[in-house]
Amino acid sequence: MAKKINGNNILLLITFVLFVLMYGIGCVIYADKGFTHLQTFLNILITNAGLICVACGMTCVMLTGGIDISVGSLIAMDCMILADGMSNKHMNAVTLVLMVLVIGLVFGTVQGVLVSYFEIQPFIVSMAGMFFARGMTAVINTNQLSITQDVSPLFYGWANAKINLPAFLGYMNKKGKMIPPFVRPSVVIALIVLVLVFVMLKYTKFGRILYAVGGNETSATMMGLNVKQTKMFAYILSSFLCSIGGILYCLNTMSGSVQQARGFEMDAIASSVIGGTLLTGGVGNVIGSFVGVLINGTITQLVTTNGKLLSSWANIATAALLCFFIILQSIFALIKERSK
Amino acid sequence: MKETWEKIRKSPLFLPIVSMVLVLLINLFKDAGFFAIGINNGIISGRLIDVLNRGSEIAILAVGMTLVVAVSAGTDISVGSVMALAACGCCSLLAGYGVTSVTELKYPMIVGMLFGVLLGAVCGGFNGFLVAKMKIQPMVATLILFTAARAIGLLVNANMIVYIRYKPYSYLGNFIPGCPLPTPIFAAIVVIAVVALFLRNTAMGTFIQAVGINSRAARIAGINSTVICWSCYLVCGICAGIAGIVASSRIYSADSANIGLNYEMDAILSVALGGNSLGGGKFNLAGSVIGAYTIQAITTTLLAMGVSTDQAPVVKAIIVVLIVVIQSPIFKEWMAARKAKKVSAGKEITA
Repeated sequence: MAKKINGNNILLLITFVLFVLMYGIGCVIYADKGFTHLQTFLNILITNAGLICVACGMTCVMLTGGIDISVGSLIAMDCMILADGMSNKHMNAVTLVLMVLVIGLVFGTVQGVLVSYFEIQPFIVSMAGMFFARGMTAVINTNQLSITQDVSPLFYGWANAKINLPAFLGYMNKKGKMIPPFVRPSVVIALIVLVLVFVMLKYTKFGRILYAVGGNETSATMMGLNVKQTKMFAYILSSFLCSIGGILYCLNTMSGSVQQARGFEMDAIASSVIGGTLLTGGVGNVIGSFVGVLINGTITQLVTTNGKLLSSWANIATAALLCFFIILQSIFALIKERSK
Repeated sequence: MKETWEKIRKSPLFLPIVSMVLVLLINLFKDAGFFAIGINNGIISGRLIDVLNRGSEIAILAVGMTLVVAVSAGTDISVGSVMALAACGCCSLLAGYGVTSVTELKYPMIVGMLFGVLLGAVCGGFNGFLVAKMKIQPMVATLILFTAARAIGLLVNANMIVYIRYKPYSYLGNFIPGCPLPTPIFAAIVVIAVVALFLRNTAMGTFIQAVGINSRAARIAGINSTVICWSCYLVCGICAGIAGIVASSRIYSADSANIGLNYEMDAILSVALGGNSLGGGKFNLAGSVIGAYTIQAITTTLLAMGVSTDQAPVVKAIIVVLIVVIQSPIFKEWMAARKAKKVSAGKEITA
């Protein structure tokens, strides 16, 4: 039964140990600030529900050996469409959500066609996409808009709905009342997406082809797999999941602005890479990316709980971690090449 | 006649010059005031001078970016952030940590500026190490500094905007008293001239092309590909540092959040517009420089038409996609097939 331990499993293992270690340190240092409560962990999930979806999509694209850096801007555009539609155009929240999903599909199709059928480098295509979406956000509206209860009671209701967990998991507040821990509906949606993508990658034909294409494109072509179509669908999936992520992100921030979600692509890529997805493609899964998101969230949580540190420390820490894991991957790759 | 046309069309400077002329023509019909040049208080002013002035940073970045694209078939997307870091490092050193505004400098001005350029060089060296030595895809490797450099810049500045209200500091980004042309133009000329002369008088240019076309073959031929690749990233970092100092001197301050914002896009766009393939190999510095000023002309035109700075990226993104689609092998094949069809059809008619 002993599973062969190779470089990729070690990466995932390191990631998991790192998360437990980081969270453990947080619990010890900030015990008095409520870090040990289950709710803190759930809050990380609530804030990062959008990131979970985006990281799932990013993992699929990275499995094919590509990359999609347009996600942050696409989220900003989604949020702006939602905020502008609700507060200025008085549109229905359901219509807007459907609209955002369709825009995600179209955006992904254009990127996918350019990458797979025109054979343009994914980075260039998605960089153009990144600037396009960010610019479109400004075209829609340059102001900072917020979604309040008056603007759309329905959307406000979604954002503030609580799903309580069993009360015994909660903690006593100062008045001696038991407060049950809760999650928002966005977390449930994100986890459903996570499970669906996991099942898709593991058990469906499309999922297996994704791995095959990323592992070796030439042999995948020789096996008669439709490489181009698969790559295109990977980008469509990424943009679509990113749109879902954008809606969840909007439920959390309840606002739209041009500067929103700057550097989000970095978080998503970092989560996938930290979670053991190889940049060269062919290796990785969404569970790793999920742990990557948790690490990302824990870093931010640690910085905000401290209160004194500048928020840019979170960025630097994520970049440093990304750097560490990228170098680790490349060392493993070099060792593998030597042993051949 | 036809041969001369073919010769002109095949020339590497064809695409950049045509796009430049196109932008100028649009301006000629839209608003001829674009070409007006006047003299106010001993300073030459006008839109064209403005394009030359504002385009300096992009031209400086484009020089470094051209080398990086040529040698590694990838782009350095961290240049904008590195610009911000260089500016912050320079201003913070001159003003002292945690000081927002100074009129007197702690060190001589040149020390601060050199320190900023040095920071750029360190960033470039780091990127180069990841790409050349660790064999990481260029754009992923530079993604690290893309996020981190700006954040480090904020830390260096203690989360503030640092103002240097010391007159000579603003000379580099504005005017030297008595000189009618903006200084950034000279800064750009110096950088371009130094790099161009270096490439022309040494074998470096050929080495870079050799590594870019096939790094393994270059290594077997006796070229140290790793060092060549690394030094290109180093030069790109230094260029970003210089551009950062110029941008900082322009506003005599260091604003980490806004200096060099979206400049990586402009720099990459200049290289593509300059007729260089983003797939690496052969490169053409002059094309990139013309490309850089074309980009600035587009930006100036857009701003004159009332498009806001936030919205301008939409147009640029569309131009990037169009250029790379035209450059893509699939499109070229399709065009060749169409041409062949036309020729065969023509033959049938004559027969």
